Amino acid sequence: MKITQLSVFVENAPGHILAPCRALADAGVNLRALSLADAQQYGILRMIVSNWQEAAKILEAQGFRVKATEVVAVEVADRPGGMADVLGALEGTGINIEYMFAFPYERADKAILIFRFADPDAAIARLQTAGINLLASAELLAK
Amino acid sequence: MISRSCFSPASALDFVPRHELEQLQLRRLQTVVALSYENVPLFRSRMKERGLAPEGILSMADIAKLPFTVKTDLRDTYPFGLFAVPMKDVVRLHASSGTTGKPIVVSYTKADLDVWSSVVSRSFSACGLHEGDIIQVAYGYGLFTGGLGAHYGAEKLGATVVPTSVGNTDRQIMLMSDFGTTAICCTPTYFLHMIERADSMGIDMRKLPLRAGIFGAEPWTEGMRQHIEANSNLKAFDIYGLSEIIGPGVGVECVCQNGLHIFEDHFYPEIVDPESGELMPEGEEGELVLTTLSKQAMPLLRYRTRDITAFHTDRCDCGRTIRRIRRIGQRCDDMLIIRGINIFPSQVESVLLAVEGTLPHYQIILTREHGLDQMEVQVEVTSQLFADTVSGLEAMERKLAQAMERVLQVRVRITLVEPRTIQRSEGKAKRVIDRRQS
Repeated sequence: MKITQLSVFVENAPGHILAPCRALADAGVNLRALSLADAQQYGILRMIVSNWQEAAKILEAQGFRVKATEVVAVEVADRPGGMADVLGALEGTGINIEYMFAFPYERADKAILIFRFADPDAAIARLQTAGINLLASAELLAK
Repeated sequence: MISRSCFSPASALDFVPRHELEQLQLRRLQTVVALSYENVPLFRSRMKERGLAPEGILSMADIAKLPFTVKTDLRDTYPFGLFAVPMKDVVRLHASSGTTGKPIVVSYTKADLDVWSSVVSRSFSACGLHEGDIIQVAYGYGLFTGGLGAHYGAEKLGATVVPTSVGNTDRQIMLMSDFGTTAICCTPTYFLHMIERADSMGIDMRKLPLRAGIFGAEPWTEGMRQHIEANSNLKAFDIYGLSEIIGPGVGVECVCQNGLHIFEDHFYPEIVDPESGELMPEGEEGELVLTTLSKQAMPLLRYRTRDITAFHTDRCDCGRTIRRIRRIGQRCDDMLIIRGINIFPSQVESVLLAVEGTLPHYQIILTREHGLDQMEVQVEVTSQLFADTVSGLEAMERKLAQAMERVLQVRVRITLVEPRTIQRSEGKAKRVIDRRQS
């Protein structure tokens, strides 16, 4: 149930996000989900792409620093309380969320949350026990 | 023409006739060479390699037969390998940064400390200071030679010493104003910082009784002198020294402010071609080489300072017989001086290697903010360095900054940058960008 996400180190300056995106576009790689974390001097561009091994190769060949990280994709109801239900399932477990981002799904009543957990296996077990729907890589990327 | 107007008893030795001085120099050179040969294996073996015995030094010209000593000799014999006296005779140790992780160590006997105090006292005297002056010493006290060196010299002069050490600038300025400090010793950039701070505290430096600033431990320019003198009421003097030789007090400007007199009864100066090591014709630019003529604990023969200068060939208007060198503006190695601390890019490399295991491309950027030198090290992010979270990256920056600070003794800001963003020329990155304007 773990999904591989690519993180790219980018400088926090105008124009620096374009280069990696263009490199992937030129290679026909689709960006399924995207988020940007920013610090003062630099940012981390995180993305879930159709073929991460290929994408990583393309980016590294162009000189980008790339890191593959395992994340968990959670499907939630796109209504008030959807997110709270997921977090509620983790309450009291001590499982830490390092970061997360959300994006809407094709299905109008659903949204997807991408989580980076300190301990993904423990988080997966807990969420599944709570009956929360986790998406496999194929489902997430199918479009 | 000032002509001897600055003569004072403390300065008597600066005015001895040349032939007397030269006799004294030869006698002392013969003694120090014998002492070094006898007690320091490195000097003995190097002299033997050249078939040279102490008895072979018959005139000052013979000094050219002696082998050079270089900074790495001090590192290679760390910590006590160049000491020429037993440890029981060593009463003080100081240390400064070496070219890599380990510092270089220097030592003093009681007699060495007396010499040091006397040359610093002569330095102050040359700047027109005397008993009754209140001298604030804002060089760092500790292993760095600046603070204690200036301190003992000022006491020997009979002045009142205010040992504030470096830092806590607002308090420095308050004391300066309340005590009526008449002379300040610090790095010129620290004084620039004081001028700025005083201004924002509503204190006009020009109205204080300050009349002399004795600035050293880093190169500075005529432009800085003009700026300092225009923004305070003091005369700014350049003092030269290096811990390997003794600390501050190797040479100093007199009131003529036209070159630095070298106290050559204790430190014999030569100017050599930095490439060939051959003596330069009198007056031509080259590397300053110094021999300690009277030091006991750690004599150095023909020490390559890496500082570029030239002798003045004319007699100074002050009447001193001891020679002058041009103020030092550049070096013939890659040493940087930041807030008076000596730093080599190789030290930065050693830290990056230790923390990371491999050497990433890096660049040192020096700037000056509010009169204070700032050092930033930009590091191209490597796979080892790249963490997927901002907190992870920030922790890495902190870890590198702390490791740098431990080795360099200077605060360093680490900035991670994208791969291949640091400019290369012919495949090699330019290691240092110095944006500190003079």
